[in-house]
Amino acid sequence: MRENLPFAIFCALVTGALSVPLLGLKLVSEGTSLAIEGADAETWMLISGGMLAVFLTQLFKSQLSNGLSGIKQSLPANPVSGLSDQKRGQLEKGLLFLVIGLAIIWPFWASRGSIDLATLVLIYVMLGLGLNIVVGLAGLLDLGYVAFYAVGAYSYALLYQYFGFSFWAALPIAGLLAALFGFLLGFPVLRLRGDYLAIVTLGFGEIIRIFLNNLTSLTGGPNGIGSIPKPTMPAVQFEPEFDIVQLEFSRRAKEEGNLPFHEFFGLDYDSATKVVFLYVLALILCLITVFVIRRLTRMPVGRAWEALREDEIACRSLGLSRTGIKLSAFTLGATFAGFAGCFFAARQSFISPESFTFIESAIILAIVVLGGMGSQLGVILAATLMIILPELAREFQEYRMLLFGLMMVLMMIWRPQGLLPMKRPRIELKEAA
Amino acid sequence: MNLESLLYFIQQLLNGLTLGSAYALIAIGYTMVYGIIGMINFAHGEIYMIGTYVAFLAITALAMLGIEYLPVVFLFALMSSVLVSSAFGWSLERVAYRPLRGSNRLIPLISAIGMSIFLQNYVRLGQGSRDLAMPSLVTGGWTFGPEDGFQASLSYMQLLIFVVTFVSMTALTLFIARSRMGKACRAVSQDIGMASLLGINTNRVISATFVIGAALAAVAGVLLGMQYGVANPFIGFIAGLKAFTAAVLGGIGSIPGAMLGAMILGIAESMTAAYFTTEYKDVVAFGLLVLILLFRPTGLLGKPEVEKI
Amino acid sequence: MLSVNGISMQFGGLLAVNGVSLEVNQDEIVSIIGPNGAGKTTVFNCISGFYRPTAGAITFNGQAIHNLPDFKISRLGMVRTFQHVRLFNKMTVIENLLVAQHRHLNTNLLSGLFKTPAYRRQEDKAMERAAYWLRKVDLLEFANREAGTLAYGQQRRLEIARCMVTEPDILLLDEPAAGLNPRETKDLDELILSIRHCYNVSVLLIEHDMGLVMGISDRIYVVNQGTPLASGAPDDIKANPDVIKAYLGES
Repeated sequence: MRENLPFAIFCALVTGALSVPLLGLKLVSEGTSLAIEGADAETWMLISGGMLAVFLTQLFKSQLSNGLSGIKQSLPANPVSGLSDQKRGQLEKGLLFLVIGLAIIWPFWASRGSIDLATLVLIYVMLGLGLNIVVGLAGLLDLGYVAFYAVGAYSYALLYQYFGFSFWAALPIAGLLAALFGFLLGFPVLRLRGDYLAIVTLGFGEIIRIFLNNLTSLTGGPNGIGSIPKPTMPAVQFEPEFDIVQLEFSRRAKEEGNLPFHEFFGLDYDSATKVVFLYVLALILCLITVFVIRRLTRMPVGRAWEALREDEIACRSLGLSRTGIKLSAFTLGATFAGFAGCFFAARQSFISPESFTFIESAIILAIVVLGGMGSQLGVILAATLMIILPELAREFQEYRMLLFGLMMVLMMIWRPQGLLPMKRPRIELKEAA
Repeated sequence: MNLESLLYFIQQLLNGLTLGSAYALIAIGYTMVYGIIGMINFAHGEIYMIGTYVAFLAITALAMLGIEYLPVVFLFALMSSVLVSSAFGWSLERVAYRPLRGSNRLIPLISAIGMSIFLQNYVRLGQGSRDLAMPSLVTGGWTFGPEDGFQASLSYMQLLIFVVTFVSMTALTLFIARSRMGKACRAVSQDIGMASLLGINTNRVISATFVIGAALAAVAGVLLGMQYGVANPFIGFIAGLKAFTAAVLGGIGSIPGAMLGAMILGIAESMTAAYFTTEYKDVVAFGLLVLILLFRPTGLLGKPEVEKI
Repeated sequence: MLSVNGISMQFGGLLAVNGVSLEVNQDEIVSIIGPNGAGKTTVFNCISGFYRPTAGAITFNGQAIHNLPDFKISRLGMVRTFQHVRLFNKMTVIENLLVAQHRHLNTNLLSGLFKTPAYRRQEDKAMERAAYWLRKVDLLEFANREAGTLAYGQQRRLEIARCMVTEPDILLLDEPAAGLNPRETKDLDELILSIRHCYNVSVLLIEHDMGLVMGISDRIYVVNQGTPLASGAPDDIKANPDVIKAYLGES
């Protein structure tokens, strides 16, 4: 304990240096110059409390670590590790269906606000699952994923603005354009080593945002693009003649030839149906994403992604072309971001480059990291936590990004495999006679 | 080329070198950390931002006490900023990177991104997210050129930036070449395992690297803060990326490379802004980064890596 | 089948391999031996396309391959193992074998997404081949274990099985016996011989275990400090004074 004393004092002083100037003193503008205000008593209490805590933990470091390891030993390492592999696989499958089932019946009693929020969660689930292909499965750290999201969103917005495309016509194009961008950006970065690849993708993401911001005549620059129409629901009409009509969810149809939803079904107008419809649409898109990616991971291409993450040289020695594998991961990952972006534009009705900053990429990455790289259920759980928690506690809002950064660090230290690490698919062998 | 366009060109060159000096100071931190533990310290730009804030605090505090004698103000700002930033650099390594040493390359990078977001919001919480403007302390300068035409100028502040950068770089070079710690640094960057077998305390060397990098970033923070007079919690992100570009351009891991790369980047940026467009000057920096990494990932002065099989 | 003609490999100022030639015929087991640092693995890396030799030519089944990228060479029917085992550690044993068979599998995305009958048939066949080789290297019971959790000897065997499911013409083994106990080495001996006999696969081998090398090789090439020193049948090599000198040093 005594030998820890100098270091403990040093650490307490460092803590002071970290907190006193930046938290304790506050710069305020006063006319053309600056002045300093002291913080309130509470902040000072917090600072001194922090210093004291650091001092004490450093002083009693050895005792503390003994105690901690004791607790660790008494806890089971993994609550489900007792189950056999097969049981665990079934459990996970069951859980996935349970989540999907809940997501389907839930809007019947939920409030309008929470359904709206859930739609947002679903967008992030889609983004997380898409990025999971690139980061979790293929092991390529893409820090510019938001660029593909932006491509999807702007595809719809611009196609609508200049050519009058509907959501349904724009959706596949948005996916394709994002895929094309993924392919084009993927090409040059393939040869790069992991961390360089991360920075280059970050650079690409920023470049796309700068262009969106400055090509004012095309994209509206920082003002963005507004009044993007919401998706319509296609329906079959028998009278006066057999036809497929698009139903809108507003009181009156804006587009020529479309009908309002409530008139078509002879209901009273309810503004909540619009919200529910968006939610259902997002859920369908999400389910398709889940299904496609689940299949992909059990197909040769999905296995090749993981093999590449595990050992690139071994892949090459077995005749796998790393270019092809990386490109497919980049392209498919981007496609899902494109779909998500298109839906996002339709939901918001308004987009601007503000929505596609690096922080957005970092949030999506954090979802993947928190959930567990490669794990679908994990991504769904993480997206839900990340989007809903800050909404639940409004006073929390201010600390949201702070905690979020901290969470990324702590997860890397304590649980780099994520909350729900990926479970390997179990393959039953049929032996040839 | 007539006199006017020559003067205009010289002016841009001077501006570019000023910017380049600051980038160089920040880039050292990236390049040294990369050279020693092979990780991109993504949060390094935030250390620079913190340096600027502390400088503003120090200068304002002295002004409120009525002390306005420039050398005192400048030295006090420099010292407090270096001190606080070093504390941040040291803690950053201790808390966010040391527990991850030896794990897969991407894990410390993700942790660093988390730290970068954390620090931005830490400062935002304490100081607010709005731009803070500080009147310039050092005014005036020399102007050249005809009275009635374009005049190039070298402000005293720019001169101060050159001098301080030069002094810091010389001190760093001497430190690395001569001191015990400097030699240990070089040994660790060659082979960390071997160095620790030979009895070098590698943890201390790594800590020292972070502290030196942070101190230099703080110097850049003070200088650029005084030059532009603006601070907000988000200035570190772009500055950090630019400095990282400079380090890669010069060859990451190489200290002279970082200085060279920073100067080239600074000049390229100011020339783009002057002759083409200001809106896309960041695109130039990022584009440059992408191109170098694609065509010469070892940079101008870096050593090539042989793939081990 | 494989012929290497005077290849050299230079790294900066260092000439790691200098004019090495060798020949592997159909159904032959050929070894390269030499002291540590003699450049044997570099020769392997040149043959398998990881390095591009700075001089010389390599032909495989009549085709010049020294300018082809690594993965294309492997697709021609030449696969290798590594001095330090390189498995896909976080994937299961069976997945390791499935990844290796990607060429035999339909990689069309849609047929996989909808599980067309043709896709299923191929997938089943790949699974059978994998199971066959797992039994052969005695790893069947570990099929669903993560490859990284296997014991060292098992990992070595899995790496060979992973090569064999690609149905190669020639197999390059880089120190397959390193770190194995005598019993495992004996099993390996049998495995290599059966690979040649039952599957008509030629084997090119780097090895330090002289018992293994002398026992199974048809011919041996000796490399010292990057240059060829001797070649011939095992008995000739054992008696060659130059070889003895290179191994024991001047004395």
